[in-house]
Amino acid sequence: MDTGVSTRKLVTKLSLLVLVMFGFGYALVPLYNTLCTVTGLNGKTGRLSEATAAAMPKDDTRLITVEFVTNVNSGMPWRFKPLVTRIAVHPGVETAVDFEVMNTSSDAITGQAVPSLAPNEVARYFSKTECFCFTQQTLAAGETRRMPVRFIVNPKIPAHVDVLTLSYTFFRAAAQVTAATPTVKSVPNS
Amino acid sequence: MSDAAIHDEHHDHHPYGGMTRWLTTTNHKDIGTMYLVFALIMFFIGGAMAMVIRLELFQPGLQFVDPVFFNSMTTMHALVMIFGAVMPAWTGFANWLIPMMIGAPDMALPRLNNWSFWILPFAFTLLLSTLFMPGGGPAGGWTMYPPLVLQTGAAFPFLIFSIHFMGASSIAGAINIIATVFNLRAPGMTLMKLPLFVWTWIITAFLLIASMPVLAGAVTMLLTDKFFGTAFFSAAGGGDPVMFQHIFWFFGHPEVYILILPAFGIASAIIPTFARKPLFGYASMVYAAASIAFLSFIVWAHHMFTVGMPLAGELFFMYATVLIAVPTGVKVFNWVATMWQSSMTFETPMLFAIAFVVLFTIGGFSGLMLGVTPIDFQYQDTYFVVAHFHYVLVTGAIFSIMAGTYFWLPKWTGHMYDEGLGKLHFWLSTISVNVLFFPQHFLGLAGMPRRIPDYAVQFADWNMVSSIGGFVFGGSQILFLVVIVKCVRGGQKATDRVWEGAHGLEWTLPSPPPYHSFSTPPAPATIEGGMR
Ligand code: HEM
Ligand SMILES: [Cu+2]
Repeated sequence: MDTGVSTRKLVTKLSLLVLVMFGFGYALVPLYNTLCTVTGLNGKTGRLSEATAAAMPKDDTRLITVEFVTNVNSGMPWRFKPLVTRIAVHPGVETAVDFEVMNTSSDAITGQAVPSLAPNEVARYFSKTECFCFTQQTLAAGETRRMPVRFIVNPKIPAHVDVLTLSYTFFRAAAQVTAATPTVKSVPNS
Repeated sequence: MSDAAIHDEHHDHHPYGGMTRWLTTTNHKDIGTMYLVFALIMFFIGGAMAMVIRLELFQPGLQFVDPVFFNSMTTMHALVMIFGAVMPAWTGFANWLIPMMIGAPDMALPRLNNWSFWILPFAFTLLLSTLFMPGGGPAGGWTMYPPLVLQTGAAFPFLIFSIHFMGASSIAGAINIIATVFNLRAPGMTLMKLPLFVWTWIITAFLLIASMPVLAGAVTMLLTDKFFGTAFFSAAGGGDPVMFQHIFWFFGHPEVYILILPAFGIASAIIPTFARKPLFGYASMVYAAASIAFLSFIVWAHHMFTVGMPLAGELFFMYATVLIAVPTGVKVFNWVATMWQSSMTFETPMLFAIAFVVLFTIGGFSGLMLGVTPIDFQYQDTYFVVAHFHYVLVTGAIFSIMAGTYFWLPKWTGHMYDEGLGKLHFWLSTISVNVLFFPQHFLGLAGMPRRIPDYAVQFADWNMVSSIGGFVFGGSQILFLVVIVKCVRGGQKATDRVWEGAHGLEWTLPSPPPYHSFSTPPAPATIEGGMR
């Protein structure tokens, strides 16, 4: 009978399907990120060059309020605040605001700020030309640093939106995260 | 369990005795028995964890266990019940029944079959051993959301590897089942003559093959995030924890149908038998199961309506979710239509099957409520969700496993079970399971969050009622064990057909069936005669 041969063929095909689906799980990562960039889903904001920002048409007829919120991820001994908490801007006009961060511990720590804009669906109309979140920040023990952000709101932003909230969360830089992740109870390193 | 089958003189040719036999067996009935016994053991271990949970929730305040241990109980209870009890039970049924139902001598890949079983005790030893490790077992929930799950202590790699092993085991099982049904059917057993249990298992097997590797990928990403410096889910490194939820639920929703589709097959075997009428709408049952399986891949985000998706996403996932009610409704309609104007009798398997239809439908309704986005905003992460998934899983999947056990136990062992004890088990279970889970709807609607060891006093009354139901339900399952053990050890001799209205090839074999099911394929006339 040919059952042996056809079973082998079928099993090969099914095993291939298993591999493909394993790969598909990983393929979801770039897929998800692309989707987020295109739609602004999860509030990821864009970055623009000074030249592009300067070339953007201005709209003096609208005023949009931009609010600033700051967070520090749990277990990170930093203090972080916006020096301006809300500001009204015209779309197409580049604006600068300052943030202040302080390392309250007695060690140097490297952090990475991650921005998120609400409402998410208009995140793609909000861009930055300069931000402390573009690079990691290393603060010496006890150091305080003032950090600028320059941003611009695209005049094409839908008419119903008049308030935007930009939030930043400081995380320990990825390389430090694994070492410093707190574990439940007292487990010697994990 | 099947001692009778083992010592069946005329077809007994396994080369080893004792433990070696079980380690090396490639026989579908031996392996089926091991799967079922394993599932039963896990059912009691997971049940013991549930008793700890209900004990702590009996009253407000922290009385018996500390919160971290409580959380590890909810996490482990879910993992043990899903991957240790329900899934292996279904594979056990498949092993025992599918070769007999399609007129084959054994499974297509017997050696792989042995492996896929023996991986399981190994995987669960890894998982359960974490309870004794410094830091305790995993306590971040069975859904393993980062960043919380990354705070798991020494248990973390054990959790991940045990999931890899469970996945490998069920994928191997699924491949074996597909190969068996596609290549070993008796001549004349066409696809549209297959019993529905076989059909639902084929569809389940494809769901397993398509979804388990995705889970394997997701947990591997967790592992590398924790130990090897990747940042798939770490915002600091440019990743996104919400992405884990998407990948997890891309596996997770098909997984819930992996748990329930074989139950549909069992109900479709039992109800026609005791209604003494052919199943209403066989073809529509097959198509409904297939469309449920397809839809199950495009509804995953109904588990994450509240993470902040764009409106279009919320709407798409809401409509797709609610759409699943249509094929599910077709199935419920067909079962009811099968019973309509029939001459029913109410032996224990039928009682469990009817309870399954009624109570699973209640779970389906609460699922529909949760599927409506704005409503889910209120119910998400409350006890309403807990009530929902216990109706579909306990009174759905587990009740049909029990129905199936009572239904085929005489075939497997050659003895009738104790009908009186069976009925007692049924009534105690059915009443107590509703006392246990129905009040959890009220708790959820009133705002009690899930996965908490302590709660505000206004939730005290219904929690106490629920706990009492829980203890009675837990206790009643000892009866189930007693019935099974008694039946394996002896009892009234079962006939070949066992049930007057039974149809299907397995009932044409002796009870217990010979060691190799159909060494020569059954005659086409038998296939026709066995079918309805
Ligand atoms: C008509 C069919 C169904 C619908 C519309 C439905 C809908 C839902 C929704 C919307 C949720 C998420 C609730 C939330 O977290 O806020 C949910 C949770 C859940 N459902 Fe269903 N469901 C259905 C059938 C099933 C079936 C058949 C099973 C399993 C046999 C199942 C098992 C679960 C489980 C385990 C959860 C909770 C997962 C967790 O968060 O731990 N559901 N269901
Ligand atoms: Cu779901």
